[in-house]
Amino acid sequence: MTDTQYMAPQTLDEAVTAFAAGGEAARILAGGTDLLVQMGAGMVNPGVIVDVKKITELNSIEETADGGFVVGAAVAGAVLEEHPTFGKVWPGVLEGLNLIGSTQIQGRASLGGNLCNGSPAADGVPAMVAAGAVLTVQGPNGRRDIPVKDVPTGPGKTSLAPGEIAVCFTFPPRPAGSSDAYLRMIPRTEMDIAVVGVGVNLTMKDGVCTDASVGLGAVAPTVLLVEDAAKALIGSKLDAAALDAAAAACSAACNPIDDKRGTIAYRTKVAGVLLKRTAAIAAKRAAGV
Amino acid sequence: MSETTNKWIGQNTIRPDGAPKVTGSAAFAADTNMPGMIWGSVLRSPHAHARIKSIDTSKAEAHPGVKAVVTAADIVDFPVDTPFPLGIQDMRWMCRNVMAREKALFHGHPVAAVAATSEAIAAEACKLIEVDYEVLPHAIEIDDALAPDAPILHDFIEFEGKPSNIAGTLEHTKGDIEAGFAEADVIIERDFTTRPVHQGYIEPHACLVSVAADGKATIWSSSQGQFMVRAMTGLLTGIPQSDIRAIPAEIGGGFGGKTIVYLEPLATILSKKSGRPVKMVMTREEVMRASGPTSGSKSTIKIGAKKDGTITAAEGIYWLQAGGLPGSPIRGAVGCALAPYDIPNGRTFGYDVVSNRSKVAAYRAPGAPIGAFGIECVLDEIAEELGMDPLDLRLKNAAKEGTQAVHGPTYPLMGYVESLEAAKAHDHYKAPLGPNQGRGVASGFWFNAGGESSAQVNITEDGNVVVTTGHPDIGGSRAGIANICAELLGIDYRRVSVLIGDTATIGFSNLTGGSRVLFASSIVVTESTNNVIGTLCALAAKIWDIDPEAVIWEDGEARPAGANAGQFPPLTLEELAARANESGGPIGAGAQINTTGAEGGFGTHICDVEVDPELGTVQVLRYTVLQDVGRAVHPSYVEGQMQGGAVQAIGWALNEEYIYNKNGHVDNPGFLDYRMPVASDMPMIDTHIIEIPNPKHPQGVRGVGEVPLVPGLAAVRNAIHDAVGVRFNDLPMSPPVVLDALDMAEAAE
Ligand SMILES: Cc1cc2nc3c(=O)[nH]c(=O)nc-3n(C[C@H](O)[C@H](O)[C@H](O)COP(=O)(O)OP(=O)(O)OC[C@H]3O[C@@H](n4cnc5c(N)ncnc54)[C@H](O)[C@@H]3O)c2cc1C
Repeated sequence: MTDTQYMAPQTLDEAVTAFAAGGEAARILAGGTDLLVQMGAGMVNPGVIVDVKKITELNSIEETADGGFVVGAAVAGAVLEEHPTFGKVWPGVLEGLNLIGSTQIQGRASLGGNLCNGSPAADGVPAMVAAGAVLTVQGPNGRRDIPVKDVPTGPGKTSLAPGEIAVCFTFPPRPAGSSDAYLRMIPRTEMDIAVVGVGVNLTMKDGVCTDASVGLGAVAPTVLLVEDAAKALIGSKLDAAALDAAAAACSAACNPIDDKRGTIAYRTKVAGVLLKRTAAIAAKRAAGV
Repeated sequence: MSETTNKWIGQNTIRPDGAPKVTGSAAFAADTNMPGMIWGSVLRSPHAHARIKSIDTSKAEAHPGVKAVVTAADIVDFPVDTPFPLGIQDMRWMCRNVMAREKALFHGHPVAAVAATSEAIAAEACKLIEVDYEVLPHAIEIDDALAPDAPILHDFIEFEGKPSNIAGTLEHTKGDIEAGFAEADVIIERDFTTRPVHQGYIEPHACLVSVAADGKATIWSSSQGQFMVRAMTGLLTGIPQSDIRAIPAEIGGGFGGKTIVYLEPLATILSKKSGRPVKMVMTREEVMRASGPTSGSKSTIKIGAKKDGTITAAEGIYWLQAGGLPGSPIRGAVGCALAPYDIPNGRTFGYDVVSNRSKVAAYRAPGAPIGAFGIECVLDEIAEELGMDPLDLRLKNAAKEGTQAVHGPTYPLMGYVESLEAAKAHDHYKAPLGPNQGRGVASGFWFNAGGESSAQVNITEDGNVVVTTGHPDIGGSRAGIANICAELLGIDYRRVSVLIGDTATIGFSNLTGGSRVLFASSIVVTESTNNVIGTLCALAAKIWDIDPEAVIWEDGEARPAGANAGQFPPLTLEELAARANESGGPIGAGAQINTTGAEGGFGTHICDVEVDPELGTVQVLRYTVLQDVGRAVHPSYVEGQMQGGAVQAIGWALNEEYIYNKNGHVDNPGFLDYRMPVASDMPMIDTHIIEIPNPKHPQGVRGVGEVPLVPGLAAVRNAIHDAVGVRFNDLPMSPPVVLDALDMAEAAE
């Protein structure tokens, strides 16, 4: 057993230095709703914990002049929910984050933690993938941007280099008639892990889908961007044939495991069902109803 | 006392445990600490089935901070060939369950325990214990354990002359079953399975034990019976019961699962060896791997009926999982299965099957939900076949006063028929249903129980009342007793404090279980209170210098009666208490009785569900529990029992199950993946209280807490059938199972 050191730096530079110095045994703490559970279960035993909740850049929400958003990686679900405009523009991203845990968990849990924890079932990730969000990271070698879809590389694994810290997510500006939605399947109504999660991001013009993007969670080692599903939707009026084709594309993209949370057959079928339901919600929102 | 004149019986008085629980000041088992206290940790078997060849604890004992180590060698052995029953347990199995003896029988079975100066050191030292195992093939499911080539768990168990995993059987018969089926116009026979489910109490098992230098042991723990804790700990450690004081903590849920000890004997031996108080607290994972649950089961049910719905014969054959050691609740399954019905020819038979899972513990109406499940499902099918309303079918065959049950007794006055009639008349039963929605009904029975209780009722010098009883309160007994005592004394209930004594301060009281506590303790409290009233009247008589018989007790005061009526101003409880020393001294009385007359309870449930045909999810839309409760002494507590039982049944029906991996380890030992319902899964459970007072009880009390779990499994299942036309005979009806069955039904069309 080793003792764990805890620090809560005020600046990103300090955090990067401390995190890199801590080496492999160092862990970033945002909300801690994954990390503390893992420590309690004896799965990780960090040498150094670097708490990033005191760093302004990781904890602010900015609406850019062009209508985009920059959301700090450590912003808690309850804080993003209270933002006056984010949830109007990205209701699907927000509902994915807000589905996590309970009221208590919402006071702590962040999108950065949800993504960096690397769970294929992370609820905050599919809608971010569908949104085309980009993650900015900073490490000993400076700053770089990674599309969210390229961050997860396998269960518990990400493409962040050693010493890199997730700083913020950039959500692009979007045309009128756009909206998004996220739905997950869980056997209970809350406090459960997604068996399938679907994020759909749409732009509708005169009843026709002019742009679409689909993120699919819990059905493969990483959250997936399902381009074939998006193609099936684009150019359609989201009629039954288009939705069937998109649902089939989602089912085809599935590469799930049979485990205690769901069977392969079940996950594959439900991915298609949820695609249809999520697309319908996003379309309704895009139409402003 | 009668319904119309009662002042406190039937009132939702303020719960005595409410404020402490809501404000966090209630002391649960893990809240007690002592100076010099050290921590105990359990080393558990990494194998589902293994012979223990040797255990070397020397490295752990040498580890800095370690104060004591315990293995099976420290625990009193009860030879397997000599039965030693203690309540519902047998010490032969208890001694092997608290610590693996010859064999580790399940993954998580305790093998040794360490006490050290910190939890972390104790856990680390456990890893230094070297156990030489001979790993054996394991059997988890009933069919694995019954297979011809099954690994045999215990070579001393034989069935039909051969080594077997069938550890026992129980049969009830009535009439001529063959002749009964010959008379039937319709016969339906089906196979069912249910999965083991955990009681799911929020508070993990915990205790603090201090064995002082004089050898006297004090145990603070959370259990459903401090006397059970004392007896079992005494037997397993060899300490006489007079040297053990077991103090019950406030209990954070039990549901039957705390009628057994796990940690107390280990902590006692660790404390005795180390000379330090030892605290042990299970993790949720330990709770899920090594405590409870109730049995999984399979069953074959056959029922025959005439065209008019009269049941001519019914048979239920049950196999129940016991876990690694014998003792599944076959009595509840075979006893309760047919109990609601007046059946001329019936037979139930149960097998107790051991396999490499944790030893089962009691769970709310142990065995009865398993017994009722298949019966209530087949009745639903018979009703459909005959074109009868399922409640009418049950009414046609309902047991009544005078019916002789298949399990033996002849019923006194009781209210099963009333529960069916109330269900039929309820607006729930007539409410319209939408697409993919369905309605199911089912009924259930529980024996209820009497047994030993003790109480002491003392009048304080300022004229108030302290009642001490011997049962941990898991369902509102303190509130109920306060109502009854206040009613008898004719005083405000707030003047009555009800406490739970420890084993040194109150007489023997059997554990809290079987829905017995308010039934039994109100008998001893009534007797004690009536004796106190007798003393008070005698005191008044002495003060007035008249015959004690000429004094009556009314509205909290002694009044001269008969020829003396009105001659003296009444003496209140306060006045008499203040003058107690004038004639005789302190005022109080106790009673210790082996109570009898607990009569069975019956209930009927109505459940509405909506099935999502694309996801296989089942939402319970509306649920009504209708039950004969005898007398609702504290109605909101009674409703809480009815609601809680129904919710546990819904969880059992829909999602709860243990998932074992191929090594025989539980793969979901926590609430994240062991899917008990959460509050948002449930509608408000509606209750309909029926009061047919138990003629054998002073206040008419029947047990309430267990009946409401019994009908629920089938009520949910019958509702799903009504919604989607598929009959599920295997639990749980989780989304993948439901979706798969719907797809198959669609493909078959
Ligand atoms: C009761 C409960 C319910 C839950 N329910 C859900 C649910 O419904 N859906 C769901 O998806 N999850 C759920 N979770 C998991 C968890 O809450 C989420 O994954 C949450 O988003 C994690 O965020 P966090 O800020 O708490 O992360 P933390 O625990 O602080 O961090 C998670 C991981 O990411 C790393 N990390 C965090 N921030 C950064 C950063 N800025 N840069 C680099 N690495 C970083 C940490 O080192 C750690 O490895 C639940 C957890 C609990 C305890």
